[in-house]
Amino acid sequence: MNKKLLSAPFLFWSALFIIIPLCMVFYYGFTDKDGAFTLSNIMAIATPEHSKAFFEAVKLSLLSTVICFFLAYPLAMILANLKGKRSSLIALIFILPMWMNFLLRTLAWQTLLEKTGVINSILGFLGLPALNIINTPGAIVLGMVYNFLPFMVLPIYNVLCKIDVNVLNAARDLGANEAQAFLKVTLPLSVPGIISGITMVFVPALTTFVISTILGGSKILLIGNVIEQEFTQTGNWHLGSGLSIVLMMFIIFNMVISAITDKEGDTNAL
Amino acid sequence: MKNALVNLENITKSFDGQMILDELNLYIRENEFLTLLGPSGCGKTTTLRILGGFEKPDKGRVVFEGKDITNLPPNKRNLNTVFQKYALFTHMSIAENIAFGLKIKNKSKAYIDDKIKYALKLVNLDGFENRMPDSLSGGQQQRIAIARAIVNEPKLLLLDEPLGALDLKLRQDMQYELIRLKNELGITFIYVTHDQEEALTMSDTIVVMNQGYIQQIGSPERIYNEPENAFVADFIGDSNIIGATMVRDRLVEILGARFACVDEGFGENKPVDVVIRPEDVELVAPSDGTIQGVVTHLIFKGVHYEMEVTANGYEWLVHSTRMHEVGTPVGIKVDPFNIQIMNKPESEDEEAVGVNE
Repeated sequence: MNKKLLSAPFLFWSALFIIIPLCMVFYYGFTDKDGAFTLSNIMAIATPEHSKAFFEAVKLSLLSTVICFFLAYPLAMILANLKGKRSSLIALIFILPMWMNFLLRTLAWQTLLEKTGVINSILGFLGLPALNIINTPGAIVLGMVYNFLPFMVLPIYNVLCKIDVNVLNAARDLGANEAQAFLKVTLPLSVPGIISGITMVFVPALTTFVISTILGGSKILLIGNVIEQEFTQTGNWHLGSGLSIVLMMFIIFNMVISAITDKEGDTNAL
Repeated sequence: MKNALVNLENITKSFDGQMILDELNLYIRENEFLTLLGPSGCGKTTTLRILGGFEKPDKGRVVFEGKDITNLPPNKRNLNTVFQKYALFTHMSIAENIAFGLKIKNKSKAYIDDKIKYALKLVNLDGFENRMPDSLSGGQQQRIAIARAIVNEPKLLLLDEPLGALDLKLRQDMQYELIRLKNELGITFIYVTHDQEEALTMSDTIVVMNQGYIQQIGSPERIYNEPENAFVADFIGDSNIIGATMVRDRLVEILGARFACVDEGFGENKPVDVVIRPEDVELVAPSDGTIQGVVTHLIFKGVHYEMEVTANGYEWLVHSTRMHEVGTPVGIKVDPFNIQIMNKPESEDEEAVGVNE
């Protein structure tokens, strides 16, 4: 009884700020202005304007996730192989930026990349041609990778740290060279970390509107921007909610797929 | 030395400036069950890791079948290791675990399937092919780790405290299992343990190590009955180690009383250490004993009684099937064959210094 009481504040919190808002999103998503049931807000994803923003968001967030993975894996391996005091110091260096405000970090990149920004000033000073990075998909990907990289590094680092070094020694002992030991033992054993890393990067990247607004100008609309505009500018909560539901379903669908393939990978491994 | 399967020559290794092995020399004969025995930090595991290729010695050579393999990586060595905590691949089935080494060597599927069957039969786990390692008990996992190693037909199997994580009963069963396996397979075993009983049960040869030095090499009987120094005597079983004086050949003075013994060549009136095993101390009527004392402690141990007898200022540890109540005056007698004489170490350091066969 006492233990149940302890969870009361959390239950109250989640009811107030998670369950009720979610119900409201569903209510708005499936009704029109007069409160009548409709699927048009959901189907609105099919309009060229919306589907373009949706696929652009999927494309850029997938690209960012892939880049994050290839940057994070070697980094996590290096971190996991460092022993003692140095490892915690270097891990701290990677966590440190996460303690800084997300908006500030993104605005800093804007200052760096702007047409008259820091990078172009230096290039101009050296007599080199200016770079045109800001307001391109590239700038958005850069912002996503920069902001979300730690979320890929940490879960992979965690699983790699848990792998018993003798399991790798056993692979070497049984005749595997370093590359074979990596592909047949390290990589499969780190799959859970990879999956949570991908989820933790892909989901926020897919739904972001801050990075695309600050680094993409108004030129590139992602699905996150469209939804944000429906709520803050157009004032059409019904359409905004409908598109949110589509996005939410897409993410849940992907997570279920990855959970299923992960389980299969467990039983018939490489 | 010529028929040795493995020769360790002048192996020296230190970590962070701390000497782990100092000029270690050891040879291992073909088909031998050799045990490296010692307390933790004595260098036994480092020796095994150098053999397996997981550590490189700072100095010295590892010669295997006449070839210098000091700089070969583990995957190029014709030997296999059974690790302390099994180190099975948890993402693979038992069959895949056992097939790991064979697949890398590109053996045919039929050959691999045969080998898996054979290995599982050998370790008494037929039918476990499709189980996952996590669903097995500790003892079963250890058998799989052994099966995974031996399917590769190594010349030499290294075992790093493989029974350390098992409970007592299982450990004893596995000891017999290992002896049987070694005899059936006819390969050389190098076994690392800190458990003296395990070493005595299984080994052909025991190498007692301490602080990076070999203290004594010999058969289990020899190590137990004729320890060469106080460390070995103390580490292998309980013993009474007493400072004494060698009066002349075959006569030693212990705590002021003269005992007949069988050792010769120590000189006259030379200070020595004597080792007397607790089961070799005979308690008799006071008038029949060489020394007289009083029983001060008594504990029932099952197979025997453990008693402490204070005599001439020393607490003698005695194992006997006959009980003597606390406070009983007794006489102590020792058969001359059961008194083992050892040279006294000349300095503190000497205790750790190598004693060569």
